[in-house]
Amino acid sequence: MKKFVNSPDTILRDALTGVAAAHPELSVDVERRFVTRADAPRPGKVGLVSGGGSGHEPLHAGFVGPGMLDAACPGEIFTSPVPDQMLGAASAVDSGFGVLFIVKNYTGDVMNFEMAAELAADDGLETASVLVNDDVAVQDSTFTAGRRGTGATLFVEKIAGALADQGADLAAVADIGRRVNASSRSFAIALTACTTPATGKPGFDLPSDEIEVGVGIHGEPGRSREKMRPASDLAAELVETVLDDLPPSSDSPAIVMLNGMGGTPLIELYVLYGEVSTRLEERGVRIARSLVGNYVTSLDMAGASLTVCHADDRMIELWDAPVRTPALRWGV
Amino acid sequence: MSTLDIEITRAWLQATAASMNDNAERLSALDAAIGDGDHGTNMRRGFAGVIEKLAGTEPATVGELLVLTGRTLISTVGGASGPLYGAIFRAAGKRLTGTTATADDLAEALRDGMEAVQKLGGAQTGDKTIIDAYAPAMDAFTAALGDGGDLLGAARAAATAAEEGAQATIPLLARKGRASYLGERSIGHQDPGATSTALVFEALAGVLGTRAEG
Repeated sequence: MKKFVNSPDTILRDALTGVAAAHPELSVDVERRFVTRADAPRPGKVGLVSGGGSGHEPLHAGFVGPGMLDAACPGEIFTSPVPDQMLGAASAVDSGFGVLFIVKNYTGDVMNFEMAAELAADDGLETASVLVNDDVAVQDSTFTAGRRGTGATLFVEKIAGALADQGADLAAVADIGRRVNASSRSFAIALTACTTPATGKPGFDLPSDEIEVGVGIHGEPGRSREKMRPASDLAAELVETVLDDLPPSSDSPAIVMLNGMGGTPLIELYVLYGEVSTRLEERGVRIARSLVGNYVTSLDMAGASLTVCHADDRMIELWDAPVRTPALRWGV
Repeated sequence: MSTLDIEITRAWLQATAASMNDNAERLSALDAAIGDGDHGTNMRRGFAGVIEKLAGTEPATVGELLVLTGRTLISTVGGASGPLYGAIFRAAGKRLTGTTATADDLAEALRDGMEAVQKLGGAQTGDKTIIDAYAPAMDAFTAALGDGGDLLGAARAAATAAEEGAQATIPLLARKGRASYLGERSIGHQDPGATSTALVFEALAGVLGTRAEG
Protein backbone atom coordinates (compact mmCIF):
# COMPACT_ATOMS: atom_id res chain seq x y z
CA MET A 1 0.00 0.00 0.00
CA LYS A 2 1.38 3.36 -1.01
CA LYS A 3 -0.62 6.21 0.46
CA PHE A 4 0.09 9.65 1.85
CA VAL A 5 -0.34 8.72 5.50
CA ASN A 6 1.79 9.04 8.60
CA SER A 7 -0.01 6.16 10.29
CA PRO A 8 -3.44 4.64 9.68
CA ASP A 9 -4.25 5.41 13.32
CA THR A 10 -3.75 9.17 12.91
CA ILE A 11 -5.20 9.68 9.45
CA LEU A 12 -8.37 11.45 10.58
CA ARG A 13 -6.56 13.84 12.92
CA ASP A 14 -3.90 14.53 10.29
CA ALA A 15 -6.51 15.16 7.59
CA LEU A 16 -8.46 17.54 9.83
CA THR A 17 -5.24 19.42 10.52
CA GLY A 18 -4.88 19.81 6.75
CA VAL A 19 -8.49 20.96 6.33
CA ALA A 20 -7.90 23.61 8.98
CA ALA A 21 -4.75 24.80 7.24
CA ALA A 22 -6.40 24.95 3.82
CA HIS A 23 -9.70 26.55 4.81
CA PRO A 24 -9.54 29.49 7.21
CA GLU A 25 -13.24 30.06 6.48
CA LEU A 26 -13.92 26.87 8.42
CA SER A 27 -13.43 26.20 12.09
CA VAL A 28 -11.93 22.77 12.74
CA ASP A 29 -12.05 21.13 16.15
CA VAL A 30 -9.33 18.52 15.67
CA GLU A 31 -9.68 17.22 19.23
CA ARG A 32 -13.44 16.67 19.19
CA ARG A 33 -13.46 15.93 15.46
CA PHE A 34 -15.95 18.24 13.83
CA VAL A 35 -15.85 21.06 11.31
CA THR A 36 -18.09 24.13 11.39
CA ARG A 37 -18.45 27.39 9.53
CA ALA A 38 -16.10 29.83 11.22
CA ASP A 39 -19.03 32.23 11.68
CA ALA A 40 -21.30 29.66 13.35
CA PRO A 41 -23.81 29.85 14.90
CA ARG A 42 -25.75 32.05 12.47
CA PRO A 43 -28.47 33.91 14.38
CA GLY A 44 -32.00 32.99 13.34
CA LYS A 45 -30.91 30.11 11.13
CA VAL A 46 -31.60 26.40 11.44
CA GLY A 47 -28.28 24.56 11.77
CA LEU A 48 -27.53 21.77 9.31
CA VAL A 49 -25.26 19.03 10.59
CA SER A 50 -24.22 16.01 8.62
CA GLY A 51 -21.63 13.37 9.18
CA GLY A 52 -20.59 9.84 8.54
CA GLY A 53 -17.52 7.75 8.04
CA SER A 54 -14.46 9.36 6.48
CA GLY A 55 -13.19 8.22 3.10
CA HIS A 56 -16.02 9.87 1.11
CA GLU A 57 -14.37 13.25 0.67
CA PRO A 58 -15.39 15.90 -0.16
CA LEU A 59 -18.53 14.59 1.61
CA HIS A 60 -19.18 15.98 4.27
CA ALA A 61 -16.64 18.55 5.46
CA GLY A 62 -16.19 19.80 1.90
CA PHE A 63 -19.81 20.94 1.91
CA VAL A 64 -19.62 23.13 5.01
CA GLY A 65 -20.21 26.80 4.29
CA PRO A 66 -22.83 29.39 3.39
CA GLY A 67 -25.74 27.84 1.49
CA MET A 68 -25.04 24.30 2.59
CA LEU A 69 -23.95 22.66 5.87
CA ASP A 70 -23.18 24.45 9.12
CA ALA A 71 -21.17 21.52 10.44
CA ALA A 72 -19.86 18.09 9.57
CA CYS A 73 -18.63 15.36 11.88
CA PRO A 74 -16.33 12.83 10.24
CA GLY A 75 -15.99 9.39 11.77
CA GLU A 76 -13.05 7.05 11.37
CA ILE A 77 -12.69 5.71 7.83
CA PHE A 78 -16.00 4.10 6.79
CA THR A 79 -17.12 4.17 10.43
CA SER A 80 -19.88 6.43 11.68
CA PRO A 81 -18.96 9.27 14.00
CA VAL A 82 -19.87 8.93 17.67
CA PRO A 83 -22.66 10.81 19.48
CA ASP A 84 -20.16 13.07 21.29
CA GLN A 85 -19.02 14.46 17.94
CA MET A 86 -22.55 15.03 16.67
CA LEU A 87 -23.61 16.69 19.89
CA GLY A 88 -20.51 18.88 19.87
CA ALA A 89 -21.20 19.94 16.29
CA ALA A 90 -24.90 20.56 16.95
CA SER A 91 -24.19 22.66 20.03
CA ALA A 92 -21.62 24.69 18.10
CA VAL A 93 -24.05 25.65 15.32
CA ASP A 94 -27.36 25.95 17.17
CA SER A 95 -28.65 29.49 17.43
CA GLY A 96 -31.85 28.46 19.17
CA PHE A 97 -33.69 27.63 15.94
CA GLY A 98 -32.91 23.94 16.05
CA VAL A 99 -30.59 21.62 14.20
CA LEU A 100 -31.24 19.27 11.31
CA PHE A 101 -29.24 16.03 11.20
CA ILE A 102 -28.73 14.66 7.69
CA VAL A 103 -28.09 10.95 8.11
CA LYS A 104 -27.16 8.31 5.55
CA ASN A 105 -29.04 5.07 6.09
CA TYR A 106 -26.37 2.86 7.60
CA THR A 107 -27.09 1.08 10.86
CA GLY A 108 -24.19 2.74 12.67
CA ASP A 109 -24.97 6.25 11.46
CA VAL A 110 -28.64 5.87 12.34
CA MET A 111 -28.01 4.59 15.87
CA ASN A 112 -25.32 7.12 16.71
CA PHE A 113 -27.38 10.06 15.40
CA GLU A 114 -30.39 8.79 17.37
CA MET A 115 -28.29 8.77 20.53
CA ALA A 116 -27.02 12.24 19.73
CA ALA A 117 -30.59 13.47 19.26
CA GLU A 118 -31.53 12.07 22.68
CA LEU A 119 -28.54 13.75 24.31
CA ALA A 120 -29.36 17.00 22.52
CA ALA A 121 -32.94 16.86 23.82
CA ASP A 122 -31.55 16.48 27.35
CA ASP A 123 -29.65 19.72 26.74
CA GLY A 124 -32.81 21.45 25.50
CA LEU A 125 -31.60 21.49 21.90
CA GLU A 126 -34.26 20.77 19.31
CA THR A 127 -33.28 18.45 16.46
CA ALA A 128 -34.91 16.79 13.47
CA SER A 129 -33.47 14.21 11.09
CA VAL A 130 -33.57 13.45 7.40
CA LEU A 131 -32.63 9.88 6.55
CA VAL A 132 -31.09 9.51 3.09
CA ASN A 133 -31.72 6.14 1.43
CA ASP A 134 -31.41 6.47 -2.33
CA ASP A 135 -29.37 3.44 -3.39
CA VAL A 136 -31.48 1.17 -5.61
CA ALA A 137 -28.87 -1.62 -5.48
CA VAL A 138 -30.36 -2.69 -2.16
CA GLN A 139 -33.79 -4.21 -2.34
CA ASP A 140 -35.92 -2.54 0.28
CA SER A 141 -37.46 -5.11 2.57
CA THR A 142 -38.41 -5.50 6.20
CA PHE A 143 -35.65 -8.08 6.57
CA THR A 144 -32.74 -5.78 5.86
CA ALA A 145 -31.50 -2.44 7.11
CA GLY A 146 -33.07 -0.88 4.00
CA ARG A 147 -31.50 1.06 1.16
CA ARG A 148 -28.13 2.73 1.64
CA GLY A 149 -27.75 6.49 1.56
CA THR A 150 -25.25 7.65 -1.06
CA GLY A 151 -25.23 10.36 -3.75
CA ALA A 152 -28.57 11.96 -2.87
CA THR A 153 -26.94 13.14 0.36
CA LEU A 154 -25.35 15.97 -1.61
CA PHE A 155 -28.73 16.97 -3.09
CA VAL A 156 -30.36 16.99 0.34
CA GLU A 157 -27.52 19.00 1.87
CA LYS A 158 -27.54 21.58 -0.93
CA ILE A 159 -31.28 22.09 -1.26
CA ALA A 160 -32.12 21.98 2.46
CA GLY A 161 -29.09 24.20 3.08
CA ALA A 162 -30.40 26.81 0.68
CA LEU A 163 -33.83 26.81 2.31
CA ALA A 164 -32.26 27.16 5.77
CA ASP A 165 -30.26 30.11 4.46
CA GLN A 166 -33.53 31.79 3.51
CA GLY A 167 -34.69 31.60 7.12
CA ALA A 168 -37.12 28.67 6.95
CA ASP A 169 -37.92 26.89 10.20
CA LEU A 170 -36.72 23.43 11.22
CA ALA A 171 -39.89 21.63 10.09
CA ALA A 172 -39.78 23.20 6.64
CA VAL A 173 -36.07 22.49 6.17
CA ALA A 174 -36.54 18.88 7.25
CA ASP A 175 -39.55 18.55 4.97
CA ILE A 176 -37.76 19.63 1.83
CA GLY A 177 -34.83 17.40 2.71
CA ARG A 178 -37.15 14.41 2.96
CA ARG A 179 -38.85 15.31 -0.32
CA VAL A 180 -35.51 15.58 -2.12
CA ASN A 181 -34.52 12.18 -0.78
CA ALA A 182 -37.86 10.64 -1.80
CA SER A 183 -37.38 12.02 -5.33
CA SER A 184 -33.81 10.73 -5.72
CA ARG A 185 -32.29 7.40 -6.70
CA SER A 186 -28.67 6.25 -7.14
CA PHE A 187 -26.80 3.27 -8.52
CA ALA A 188 -23.06 2.59 -8.68
CA ILE A 189 -20.56 0.48 -10.59
CA ALA A 190 -17.00 -0.21 -9.39
CA LEU A 191 -14.08 -0.97 -11.68
CA THR A 192 -11.74 -1.63 -8.77
CA ALA A 193 -12.00 -2.14 -5.02
CA CYS A 194 -10.70 0.56 -2.71
CA THR A 195 -7.93 0.06 -0.18
CA THR A 196 -8.57 1.22 3.37
CA PRO A 197 -5.41 2.47 5.12
CA ALA A 198 -6.12 0.20 8.12
CA THR A 199 -6.07 -3.05 6.12
CA GLY A 200 -3.71 -1.98 3.33
CA LYS A 201 -5.44 -4.40 0.98
CA PRO A 202 -8.20 -4.02 -1.61
CA GLY A 203 -11.65 -4.68 -0.10
CA PHE A 204 -12.40 -7.38 -2.66
CA ASP A 205 -10.53 -9.18 -5.44
CA LEU A 206 -11.64 -8.21 -8.90
CA PRO A 207 -10.15 -9.69 -12.08
CA SER A 208 -9.04 -7.04 -14.57
CA ASP A 209 -11.88 -7.83 -17.00
CA GLU A 210 -14.69 -7.76 -14.41
CA ILE A 211 -16.68 -5.10 -12.56
CA GLU A 212 -18.74 -4.98 -9.38
CA VAL A 213 -22.26 -3.76 -9.99
CA GLY A 214 -24.39 -2.17 -7.29
CA VAL A 215 -21.62 -1.23 -4.88
CA GLY A 216 -22.04 1.10 -1.95
CA ILE A 217 -19.48 3.60 -0.75
CA HIS A 218 -17.71 1.51 1.89
CA GLY A 219 -15.53 -0.74 -0.21
CA GLU A 220 -17.84 -3.69 0.25
CA PRO A 221 -18.65 -5.87 -2.78
CA GLY A 222 -21.76 -5.04 -4.80
CA ARG A 223 -24.83 -7.09 -5.62
CA SER A 224 -23.34 -8.85 -8.63
CA ARG A 225 -20.22 -9.23 -10.74
CA GLU A 226 -20.25 -8.74 -14.49
CA LYS A 227 -17.86 -8.59 -17.43
CA MET A 228 -16.33 -5.20 -18.25
CA ARG A 229 -18.10 -3.54 -21.18
CA PRO A 230 -17.87 -0.25 -23.14
CA ALA A 231 -18.97 2.94 -21.38
CA SER A 232 -22.12 3.13 -23.51
CA ASP A 233 -23.32 -0.23 -22.19
CA LEU A 234 -22.50 0.65 -18.61
CA ALA A 235 -24.27 4.00 -18.95
CA ALA A 236 -27.34 2.18 -20.24
CA GLU A 237 -27.30 -0.12 -17.22
CA LEU A 238 -26.95 2.80 -14.80
CA VAL A 239 -29.84 4.70 -16.39
CA GLU A 240 -32.16 1.70 -16.72
CA THR A 241 -31.61 0.61 -13.13
CA VAL A 242 -32.19 4.07 -11.68
CA LEU A 243 -35.23 4.95 -13.79
CA ASP A 244 -36.86 1.53 -13.47
CA ASP A 245 -36.92 2.10 -9.72
CA LEU A 246 -38.39 5.60 -9.95
CA PRO A 247 -39.73 6.42 -13.42
CA PRO A 248 -39.79 10.09 -14.44
CA SER A 249 -43.11 11.87 -14.44
CA SER A 250 -43.94 13.85 -17.56
CA ASP A 251 -41.81 16.94 -18.04
CA SER A 252 -40.52 17.18 -14.50
CA PRO A 253 -37.02 18.62 -14.40
CA ALA A 254 -34.20 16.46 -13.10
CA ILE A 255 -30.96 17.20 -11.30
CA VAL A 256 -28.41 14.63 -12.39
CA MET A 257 -25.09 13.81 -10.79
CA LEU A 258 -22.51 11.52 -12.29
CA ASN A 259 -20.22 10.98 -9.36
CA GLY A 260 -16.74 9.53 -9.39
CA MET A 261 -15.80 7.09 -6.63
CA GLY A 262 -12.37 8.66 -6.14
CA GLY A 263 -10.10 6.76 -8.50
CA THR A 264 -11.62 7.55 -11.88
CA PRO A 265 -10.29 10.45 -13.97
CA LEU A 266 -12.70 13.17 -15.03
CA ILE A 267 -12.21 12.37 -18.71
CA GLU A 268 -13.77 8.95 -18.13
CA LEU A 269 -16.59 10.46 -16.10
CA TYR A 270 -17.35 12.82 -18.98
CA VAL A 271 -17.31 9.92 -21.46
CA LEU A 272 -19.82 8.17 -19.24
CA TYR A 273 -21.89 11.30 -18.68
CA GLY A 274 -22.24 11.85 -22.43
CA GLU A 275 -23.79 8.40 -22.73
CA VAL A 276 -25.86 8.79 -19.57
CA SER A 277 -27.38 12.11 -20.63
CA THR A 278 -28.41 10.74 -24.04
CA ARG A 279 -30.09 7.75 -22.48
CA LEU A 280 -31.83 9.80 -19.80
CA GLU A 281 -33.30 12.05 -22.47
CA GLU A 282 -34.40 9.02 -24.51
CA ARG A 283 -36.30 7.90 -21.43
CA GLY A 284 -38.06 11.26 -21.19
CA VAL A 285 -35.98 12.85 -18.46
CA ARG A 286 -35.55 16.60 -18.86
CA ILE A 287 -32.11 17.29 -17.44
CA ALA A 288 -32.34 20.69 -15.77
CA ARG A 289 -29.00 20.70 -13.94
CA SER A 290 -26.04 18.38 -13.95
CA LEU A 291 -22.96 17.79 -11.89
CA VAL A 292 -19.98 15.65 -12.91
CA GLY A 293 -17.06 14.97 -10.59
CA ASN A 294 -15.83 13.31 -7.42
CA TYR A 295 -18.29 14.28 -4.69
CA VAL A 296 -19.27 11.16 -2.74
CA THR A 297 -16.23 8.96 -3.00
CA SER A 298 -15.00 5.66 -1.68
CA LEU A 299 -11.30 6.36 -1.11
CA ASP A 300 -9.38 5.26 -4.22
CA MET A 301 -12.11 3.13 -5.77
CA ALA A 302 -12.40 3.45 -9.55
CA GLY A 303 -16.01 3.63 -10.60
CA ALA A 304 -19.00 5.90 -10.82
CA SER A 305 -22.47 6.37 -9.47
CA LEU A 306 -25.47 7.98 -11.09
CA THR A 307 -27.92 9.95 -8.96
CA VAL A 308 -31.12 11.37 -10.42
CA CYS A 309 -33.42 13.70 -8.49
CA HIS A 310 -36.82 14.22 -10.09
CA ALA A 311 -37.07 17.76 -8.81
CA ASP A 312 -39.81 20.37 -8.78
CA ASP A 313 -39.28 24.02 -9.68
CA ARG A 314 -38.76 25.02 -6.07
CA MET A 315 -35.97 22.43 -5.69
CA ILE A 316 -34.29 23.72 -8.84
CA GLU A 317 -34.51 27.27 -7.51
CA LEU A 318 -32.89 26.19 -4.24
CA TRP A 319 -30.27 24.18 -6.13
CA ASP A 320 -29.32 27.37 -7.99
CA ALA A 321 -29.07 29.44 -4.80
CA PRO A 322 -25.56 30.64 -3.91
CA VAL A 323 -23.25 28.19 -2.19
CA ARG A 324 -19.72 28.72 -0.92
CA THR A 325 -18.01 25.61 0.38
CA PRO A 326 -14.62 24.01 -0.31
CA ALA A 327 -16.09 21.54 -2.82
CA LEU A 328 -19.27 23.15 -4.13
CA ARG A 329 -19.33 26.81 -4.99
CA TRP A 330 -21.47 28.91 -7.28
CA GLY A 331 -23.54 32.08 -7.43
CA VAL A 332 -21.21 33.97 -5.10
CA MET B 1 -15.64 -19.42 42.13
CA SER B 2 -19.15 -18.34 42.97
CA THR B 3 -19.13 -14.55 42.73
CA LEU B 4 -17.87 -11.79 40.53
CA ASP B 5 -16.21 -8.91 42.35
CA ILE B 6 -14.86 -5.60 41.15
CA GLU B 7 -11.33 -6.87 40.64
CA ILE B 8 -12.43 -9.90 38.64
CA THR B 9 -14.67 -7.70 36.54
CA ARG B 10 -11.78 -5.37 35.85
CA ALA B 11 -9.63 -8.37 34.91
CA TRP B 12 -12.41 -9.56 32.57
CA LEU B 13 -12.49 -6.21 30.78
CA GLN B 14 -8.68 -6.15 30.55
CA ALA B 15 -8.68 -9.67 29.15
CA THR B 16 -11.34 -8.65 26.63
CA ALA B 17 -9.23 -5.68 25.58
CA ALA B 18 -6.18 -7.91 25.18
CA SER B 19 -8.21 -10.38 23.15
CA MET B 20 -9.61 -7.65 20.86
CA ASN B 21 -6.03 -6.48 20.34
CA ASP B 22 -4.77 -9.99 19.57
CA ASN B 23 -7.70 -10.75 17.27
CA ALA B 24 -8.01 -7.37 15.56
CA GLU B 25 -6.63 -8.58 12.25
CA ARG B 26 -8.76 -11.70 12.27
CA LEU B 27 -11.94 -9.71 13.02
CA SER B 28 -11.14 -7.18 10.33
CA ALA B 29 -10.46 -9.95 7.82
CA LEU B 30 -13.87 -11.49 8.60
CA ASP B 31 -15.42 -8.04 8.18
CA ALA B 32 -13.61 -7.46 4.89
CA ALA B 33 -15.44 -10.43 3.36
CA ILE B 34 -18.92 -9.05 4.00
CA GLY B 35 -18.42 -5.48 5.19
CA ASP B 36 -15.67 -2.93 5.05
CA GLY B 37 -12.94 -4.61 7.04
CA ASP B 38 -12.62 -2.47 10.15
CA HIS B 39 -14.42 -4.38 12.91
CA GLY B 40 -11.16 -5.47 14.52
CA THR B 41 -9.61 -2.02 14.35
CA ASN B 42 -12.73 -0.45 15.82
CA MET B 43 -13.07 -2.92 18.69
CA ARG B 44 -9.37 -2.64 19.49
CA ARG B 45 -9.67 1.14 19.63
CA GLY B 46 -12.83 0.94 21.76
CA PHE B 47 -11.45 -1.42 24.36
CA ALA B 48 -8.14 0.44 24.48
CA GLY B 49 -10.31 3.45 25.40
CA VAL B 50 -12.04 1.38 28.08
CA ILE B 51 -8.75 0.35 29.68
CA GLU B 52 -7.61 3.97 29.72
CA LYS B 53 -10.88 5.07 31.38
CA LEU B 54 -10.86 2.25 33.92
CA ALA B 55 -7.30 2.99 34.98
CA GLY B 56 -8.36 6.23 36.59
CA THR B 57 -11.50 4.86 38.25
CA GLU B 58 -12.22 3.40 41.66
CA PRO B 59 -15.74 2.06 41.18
CA ALA B 60 -18.00 1.34 44.14
CA THR B 61 -19.91 -1.43 42.37
CA VAL B 62 -19.40 -4.06 39.69
CA GLY B 63 -22.09 -2.33 37.66
CA GLU B 64 -20.26 1.00 37.62
CA LEU B 65 -17.36 -0.63 35.79
CA LEU B 66 -19.65 -2.07 33.16
CA VAL B 67 -21.66 1.12 32.68
CA LEU B 68 -18.44 3.08 32.24
CA THR B 69 -17.30 0.46 29.73
CA GLY B 70 -20.53 0.87 27.77
CA ARG B 71 -20.28 4.66 27.74
CA THR B 72 -16.68 4.53 26.61
CA LEU B 73 -17.43 2.10 23.79
CA ILE B 74 -20.21 4.38 22.52
CA SER B 75 -17.89 7.37 22.46
CA THR B 76 -14.88 5.64 20.90
CA VAL B 77 -15.94 2.77 18.64
CA GLY B 78 -18.35 4.43 16.21
CA GLY B 79 -20.17 2.49 13.52
CA ALA B 80 -22.88 0.10 14.62
CA SER B 81 -20.64 -1.79 17.03
CA GLY B 82 -20.21 1.22 19.33
CA PRO B 83 -23.87 1.67 20.26
CA LEU B 84 -24.58 -2.07 20.17
CA TYR B 85 -21.76 -3.08 22.53
CA GLY B 86 -22.36 0.09 24.51
CA ALA B 87 -25.99 -0.91 25.04
CA ILE B 88 -24.97 -4.37 26.24
CA PHE B 89 -22.52 -3.18 28.87
CA ARG B 90 -24.66 -0.29 30.04
CA ALA B 91 -27.76 -2.42 30.50
CA ALA B 92 -25.83 -5.22 32.19
CA GLY B 93 -24.08 -2.76 34.47
CA LYS B 94 -27.29 -1.12 35.64
CA ARG B 95 -28.41 -4.44 37.12
CA LEU B 96 -25.27 -5.04 39.23
CA THR B 97 -25.47 -2.56 42.09
CA GLY B 98 -23.32 -4.37 44.64
CA THR B 99 -19.60 -4.84 45.26
CA THR B 100 -20.07 -8.46 44.20
CA ALA B 101 -22.45 -10.30 41.90
CA THR B 102 -23.55 -13.92 42.11
CA ALA B 103 -23.71 -16.14 39.06
CA ASP B 104 -27.50 -15.63 39.02
CA ASP B 105 -27.04 -11.85 39.18
CA LEU B 106 -24.66 -11.99 36.25
CA ALA B 107 -27.07 -14.17 34.26
CA GLU B 108 -29.81 -11.60 34.77
CA ALA B 109 -27.50 -8.72 33.91
CA LEU B 110 -26.27 -10.40 30.74
CA ARG B 111 -29.87 -11.08 29.78
CA ASP B 112 -30.64 -7.37 30.25
CA GLY B 113 -27.70 -6.65 27.97
CA MET B 114 -29.05 -8.97 25.31
CA GLU B 115 -32.50 -7.43 25.50
CA ALA B 116 -30.99 -3.95 25.17
CA VAL B 117 -28.96 -4.82 22.09
CA GLN B 118 -31.94 -6.54 20.48
CA LYS B 119 -34.13 -3.54 21.18
CA LEU B 120 -31.56 -1.23 19.61
CA GLY B 121 -30.58 -3.32 16.60
CA GLY B 122 -33.76 -5.29 16.06
CA ALA B 123 -31.86 -8.50 15.39
CA GLN B 124 -33.18 -12.00 16.04
CA THR B 125 -31.31 -15.29 16.13
CA GLY B 126 -30.41 -16.25 12.57
CA ASP B 127 -29.93 -12.70 11.25
CA LYS B 128 -26.13 -13.18 11.26
CA THR B 129 -25.26 -10.73 14.03
CA ILE B 130 -23.94 -10.50 17.61
CA ILE B 131 -27.13 -12.26 18.73
CA ASP B 132 -26.15 -15.51 17.02
CA ALA B 133 -23.32 -15.89 19.53
CA TYR B 134 -25.00 -14.10 22.44
CA ALA B 135 -28.28 -16.02 22.55
CA PRO B 136 -26.75 -19.53 22.67
CA ALA B 137 -24.22 -18.27 25.22
CA MET B 138 -27.04 -17.04 27.47
CA ASP B 139 -28.92 -20.33 27.08
CA ALA B 140 -25.80 -22.30 27.97
CA PHE B 141 -25.00 -20.03 30.93
CA THR B 142 -28.50 -20.42 32.36
CA ALA B 143 -28.63 -24.15 31.69
CA ALA B 144 -25.29 -24.72 33.40
CA LEU B 145 -26.49 -22.87 36.51
CA GLY B 146 -29.73 -24.84 36.44
CA ASP B 147 -27.71 -28.05 36.43
CA GLY B 148 -26.00 -26.92 39.62
CA GLY B 149 -22.94 -25.48 37.94
CA ASP B 150 -20.95 -22.61 39.45
CA LEU B 151 -20.01 -19.30 37.85
CA LEU B 152 -16.88 -20.72 36.22
CA GLY B 153 -18.76 -23.70 34.80
CA ALA B 154 -21.50 -21.43 33.45
CA ALA B 155 -18.99 -19.04 31.91
CA ARG B 156 -17.13 -21.89 30.24
CA ALA B 157 -20.36 -23.33 28.85
CA ALA B 158 -21.32 -19.88 27.57
CA ALA B 159 -17.93 -19.36 25.93
CA THR B 160 -18.17 -22.68 24.11
CA ALA B 161 -21.74 -21.98 22.97
CA ALA B 162 -20.83 -18.49 21.81
CA GLU B 163 -17.94 -19.79 19.75
CA GLU B 164 -20.16 -22.46 18.19
CA GLY B 165 -22.82 -19.85 17.55
CA ALA B 166 -20.31 -17.59 15.81
CA GLN B 167 -19.19 -20.44 13.56
CA ALA B 168 -22.81 -21.30 12.84
CA THR B 169 -23.27 -17.88 11.21
CA ILE B 170 -21.19 -18.99 8.21
CA PRO B 171 -24.08 -20.40 6.12
CA LEU B 172 -26.53 -17.66 7.15
CA LEU B 173 -27.90 -14.83 5.00
CA ALA B 174 -27.24 -11.47 6.68
CA ARG B 175 -30.42 -9.56 7.48
CA LYS B 176 -29.01 -6.68 9.53
CA GLY B 177 -26.13 -4.27 9.21
CA ARG B 178 -23.78 -3.66 6.33
CA ALA B 179 -23.47 -7.33 5.37
CA SER B 180 -27.21 -7.34 4.59
CA TYR B 181 -26.50 -5.11 1.58
CA LEU B 182 -24.73 -8.03 -0.06
CA GLY B 183 -27.83 -10.23 0.04
CA GLU B 184 -27.01 -13.81 -1.02
CA ARG B 185 -23.34 -12.93 -1.24
CA SER B 186 -23.16 -12.69 2.55
CA ILE B 187 -23.59 -16.48 2.74
CA GLY B 188 -20.42 -18.48 3.41
CA HIS B 189 -18.70 -16.00 5.73
CA GLN B 190 -18.53 -15.94 9.53
CA ASP B 191 -20.07 -12.87 11.10
CA PRO B 192 -17.47 -10.57 12.70
CA GLY B 193 -19.88 -9.26 15.36
CA ALA B 194 -20.80 -12.76 16.53
CA THR B 195 -17.08 -13.55 16.60
CA SER B 196 -16.19 -10.58 18.80
CA THR B 197 -19.07 -11.48 21.13
CA ALA B 198 -17.58 -14.95 21.50
CA LEU B 199 -14.29 -13.29 22.50
CA VAL B 200 -16.02 -11.40 25.33
CA PHE B 201 -17.44 -14.64 26.77
CA GLU B 202 -14.13 -16.42 26.24
CA ALA B 203 -12.34 -13.66 28.19
CA LEU B 204 -14.78 -14.09 31.11
CA ALA B 205 -14.27 -17.85 31.22
CA GLY B 206 -10.51 -17.39 30.94
CA VAL B 207 -10.26 -14.91 33.80
CA LEU B 208 -12.50 -16.97 36.09
CA GLY B 209 -10.49 -20.10 35.23
CA THR B 210 -7.21 -18.40 36.10
CA ARG B 211 -8.61 -17.17 39.42
CA ALA B 212 -9.98 -20.63 40.27
CA GLU B 213 -6.59 -22.20 39.66
CA GLY B 214 -4.70 -19.45 41.46
